[in-house]
Amino acid sequence: MNKFTTLESRLVPMPIDNIDTDQIIPARFLKTTTKEGLDRQLFYDWRYEADGTPKPDFILNQERVRGAEVLLAGGNFGCGSSREHAPWALTQFGFRAVISTSFADIFRQNALKNSLLPIIVPADVHARLFEAVETDPDFRVKVDLAEQKLSLPDGTETGFPVDGFARHCLLEGVDELGYILQQEDAIAAFEARRVGSINTLAPR
Amino acid sequence: MSKPRTIIDKIWEAHVISELPGAPALIYIDLHLVHEVTSPQAFAGLRQRGLKVRRPDLTFGTVDHSTPTMNPRTLPIPDAIAAAQVAQLEANCEEFGIPYLGYQSGRQGIVHVVGPEQGLTQPGMTVVCGDSHTATHGAFGALAFGIGTSQVEHVLATQCLLQQKSRTCRVDVNGRLQPGVTAKDIILGLIATVGVGGGTGCVLEYTGETIRALDMEERMTVCNMSIEAGARAGLISPDDVTYQYLNGRPHAPQGAEWDRALEVWKQLATDEGALYDAHVSLDAGKLEPMVTFGTNPGMGIGVTAPLPDPAERSEPAERESLAKALKYMDLAPGQPLLGKKIDVVFIGSCTNSRLSDLRSAAAIFRGRKVHPNVRALVVPGSRQVKRDAEAEGLDRIFIDAGAEWREAGCSMCIAMNGDELEPGQYCVSTSNRNFEGRQGKGGRTLLASPLTAAAAAVTGVVTDVRTLL
Repeated sequence: MNKFTTLESRLVPMPIDNIDTDQIIPARFLKTTTKEGLDRQLFYDWRYEADGTPKPDFILNQERVRGAEVLLAGGNFGCGSSREHAPWALTQFGFRAVISTSFADIFRQNALKNSLLPIIVPADVHARLFEAVETDPDFRVKVDLAEQKLSLPDGTETGFPVDGFARHCLLEGVDELGYILQQEDAIAAFEARRVGSINTLAPR
Repeated sequence: MSKPRTIIDKIWEAHVISELPGAPALIYIDLHLVHEVTSPQAFAGLRQRGLKVRRPDLTFGTVDHSTPTMNPRTLPIPDAIAAAQVAQLEANCEEFGIPYLGYQSGRQGIVHVVGPEQGLTQPGMTVVCGDSHTATHGAFGALAFGIGTSQVEHVLATQCLLQQKSRTCRVDVNGRLQPGVTAKDIILGLIATVGVGGGTGCVLEYTGETIRALDMEERMTVCNMSIEAGARAGLISPDDVTYQYLNGRPHAPQGAEWDRALEVWKQLATDEGALYDAHVSLDAGKLEPMVTFGTNPGMGIGVTAPLPDPAERSEPAERESLAKALKYMDLAPGQPLLGKKIDVVFIGSCTNSRLSDLRSAAAIFRGRKVHPNVRALVVPGSRQVKRDAEAEGLDRIFIDAGAEWREAGCSMCIAMNGDELEPGQYCVSTSNRNFEGRQGKGGRTLLASPLTAAAAAVTGVVTDVRTLL
């Protein structure tokens, strides 16, 4: 997993609540068997006309957000389907963090496993960020994961919550599966004392 | 006396392997369901690391999402990319020794229909699948939740997951359902009340006399849509209804094993006086048949109610999202939804494709015709459901009415298998998501029960099914 320590970036504002993973990447693109090439499909139906030409009104098609690594989204971001293709598409496009007032549970877990940092801020800070980016498109924030701190250009700082283990994994680039595999003895001991009631290989 | 516990606490505590300092709990998974869409990258990960599937005997695969539903199903699958994805799952199951119910097995179907039908889902289990509607299995008193592909890989390799314990929320549903009001209306009514983020971070336990009176298929419909309230999972304490459903199914315990299992299962129900982190209640006696009008499952109203007006919402974000939804749906605030012309009716999905769903739709279709302006698809959740429905002649009722009787799969719930809406079309659908484009780019979804969907199919408009009963 790629490490995440700090970043400084402009924001891509998307002031819509409940952005679901079907919008982040529509289901018809999930027939792939790899993780590659999903950046082009990110927000596809909001981003492109039926003939594939970019919709000029859509924020990702605007020059002013080119290179920005932080998505500023409405509340309950990433609701709906469990597809991990959503954080894959977001990170392949270049996003490294998403700021919102809340995240859907599965999306949040999937994001953290792909070095995409979900940053939860209070409603007043959230509103202030949207105003700031509206008045100054070059408005930048700094994210410091070790300090769990979001800094604004005016010097104000906001703390954000991150699960301690996820923070450790991101800062150190720890691979979660590797960590679980190290607990082999505990898993084997658990299995030894647990009597299973099914065997999918042998229906009765 | 020990502290009273919820069923959620009991299942959780029975599955914690370790809780090391500075890390989430490591929990054991009893059943892992695998399908073609969210697993290929996980299997590729195993190969890269040279890992095996730790417990193929607790794992099970079938194909549903990108699976075409034309009847009869012609193979190979016409869409080459979908065909490759299905072939990849077959190859992965073969290579890693995982039992797989493919097209030839006669038991293929939507993973959340097949698991319970085969008796794999049992009370007290932890069940996961790379699919958010895994909550369905909670109907059996199992802790069942959707996971991403990274976690699919973790479970394949270790049969474990690192998880934080969720908050618990009791959803108490009481009152006698009016005729024409179903389990689907309960869950749509609940989501309309708490919103699509209302359950975030929570596992819901559905309790109350209305829930107790539901059969297993109805309970699955309720638990299925827990995720649409944002909940991690939703479950129902098991009772005699649960045990009767399970008894005799292919993977259910038998003989002395059954008796032992039953003893354990009977200890699972939430103890009297157990505490939850949150509590919601719903008066089901007041519910009308529900229908959604917007672009998330929380945007639902009673079928006779007028459409809401964004101008009457005080919160700006809520006002904007409502206005955006009505614009996408091309519906006017304050207008009735009743009588709105529709183009397609979809009866199917992991929410409503079981035998009782098909029976309830057939009761409306019987002796009536699908409206000439409507395309109606009836898609059984599994090959088994299809056979059972055909054995009692339901297929004839659908076909005689002019509906399409199709093969088992997710079909038009997810529109990645050839079944999809055309841009601008309105569809009354028994599925679970009305997100923009969910049933096909530009398509407009109105979520409803099988009864309400069938009523729309025969009238060509959004209809109060109570007028047809």
